[in-house]
Amino acid sequence: MPSREDSPTSRRQHTPSAAQRRRAAYRRRQTTRSVLVAAASTAVLGTLLVVAVTGAPGWDRVRLSFLDPAIARDALPEVLTGLWLNVRLLVCCAVGALLLGLLIALLRTLRGPVFFPVRALAAGYTYTFRGLPLIIVLYVLTLGVPGLRLQGMPPVLVLGGLALVLTYGGYLAEVFRAGIESIHPSQLAAARSLGLTYRQTMRHVVLPQAVRRVAPPLLNDVVAMQKDVGLVSLAGPIDAVRAAQIATAETFNYTPYILAGVLFVLLAIPLIAVTDWVTLRSARRQSGG
Amino acid sequence: MVSSSSRTRTAATAVAALLVAVAGCAPQDNLPTPDAAPTTPSCTKEGLKTRTAGKLTVATDEPAYEPWFRGNKPDSGEGFESAVAYAVAEKLGYARGDVTWTRVKFDTAIAPGPKNFDFDINQFSITEERKQAVDFSPPYYLVRQTVIALKSSKIAGKKSMADLKDAKLGAQVGTTSYQAITDLIKPKAKPQVYNSNDDAKKALQNGQLDGLVVDLPTAFYITGSELTDATVVGQLPQVGAPEAFGLLLDKDSPITFCVSRTIGELSEAGTLKQLEQKWLAQVAGATELR
Repeated sequence: MPSREDSPTSRRQHTPSAAQRRRAAYRRRQTTRSVLVAAASTAVLGTLLVVAVTGAPGWDRVRLSFLDPAIARDALPEVLTGLWLNVRLLVCCAVGALLLGLLIALLRTLRGPVFFPVRALAAGYTYTFRGLPLIIVLYVLTLGVPGLRLQGMPPVLVLGGLALVLTYGGYLAEVFRAGIESIHPSQLAAARSLGLTYRQTMRHVVLPQAVRRVAPPLLNDVVAMQKDVGLVSLAGPIDAVRAAQIATAETFNYTPYILAGVLFVLLAIPLIAVTDWVTLRSARRQSGG
Repeated sequence: MVSSSSRTRTAATAVAALLVAVAGCAPQDNLPTPDAAPTTPSCTKEGLKTRTAGKLTVATDEPAYEPWFRGNKPDSGEGFESAVAYAVAEKLGYARGDVTWTRVKFDTAIAPGPKNFDFDINQFSITEERKQAVDFSPPYYLVRQTVIALKSSKIAGKKSMADLKDAKLGAQVGTTSYQAITDLIKPKAKPQVYNSNDDAKKALQNGQLDGLVVDLPTAFYITGSELTDATVVGQLPQVGAPEAFGLLLDKDSPITFCVSRTIGELSEAGTLKQLEQKWLAQVAGATELR
């Protein structure tokens, strides 16, 4: 944590004082020590866990049916093909849900009696789609809607994606709304007193702060969405988990599920890392670091 | 510290052991079923201990469906299972008039307890669980996978597997039906997979699928009573580990041995194949796709 230094008024090159150098050296020593202690305690805990798991009486049977490298190798191409579908869906649905959520949040925060029906509709939407189980939305959209036999019916993947966007749009709308409402009214008042219109105030003053403030929960919902996009497989497409299920049915061995699980975690790591980084950055900003 | 952790370990071990014990992970040895064969088996009408001397009482369900029976009349000799029953009777030396039919619910037939028939023919899959309660003959039919489609579909009326290459096909997950798509038809488009046949039927009905693969009995049930605007396209070659239908008899029935031997003979002589060809492929319209 670098402390903010007063910029020196003189032109001289800044050299830290002896006390400051001692302080820095002490901090370095402390860091090294804590890293070493952390590594040692992790090693001890890891060893204990390994011994406990591999020493269990059923370990051999579990290893055979859940951790068979040969079966994992055979299932990998199919599971990866399925995962590619998850990734494409996730990108499209995340963008769609973020945009929809933002739009709904803006509608819900409109002021003035004339907008009451718009506010009511937006509120009704968030209540409905946050309450509805995703599976039911998926069934209705992927197997119900095509039954209407309308012209230009989009493919099942698009309908499944729409179900995800609608459901997650509800969650994200509430996150955005919380962000918008967390901006102090004095900010709005100040912006309006400068002559900004409501729209300009929203665009230049409120939204930038609101989005920054709720970035961590937004990303958190995107991480949660990553696991749910696979549910479109109930309408026919083969995602990673479905591919693992098929491989499991062929071999009577659960290794493909573990494989898919590991791939999902690997896929989530970058997203989660970004979330953590954004959270940390905003925390530093808050503490004036 | 140590003692508590070792106690936990012991408890965990005990729980695991209990689970293993409950699950019964050790593969069960298949005990050889004692043959109910009389010492001098005489498989003739005179020697058989049937329920009514000189008569053969055959059971099936009410109603009896196509293509197994025609027009809910088991005694017509028409339909695959009716034909099989009469073929068995004939082989044992019974004239058509000596065969009497009775109706027994499917679930009643596979339950333990005394039976009021000599054998029951009603698409009974031979399973180890059922063998605990009843006797089965060897299989008279191995279930084939079948493609069904809406009458308006582009694959309705196709005659070969090559014609299905461009079709969008679906099946239930983890079934032989799915295997039939990937191993036999090998379509260009990835098959669609569903949690249940109900979801798959819905997709077929919506026109999201060109064709759906299910086993033959299901195919006839769906096209006969559930989706009347769907039709059987044809049956596929044998794949995977098929279900097997057997004649059901009372546990340790005195005639199990003879009925089983008769099925074996009919199978070797090719009679069963011919009946299957005639009643399932030709009459019922489940064309053999090659």
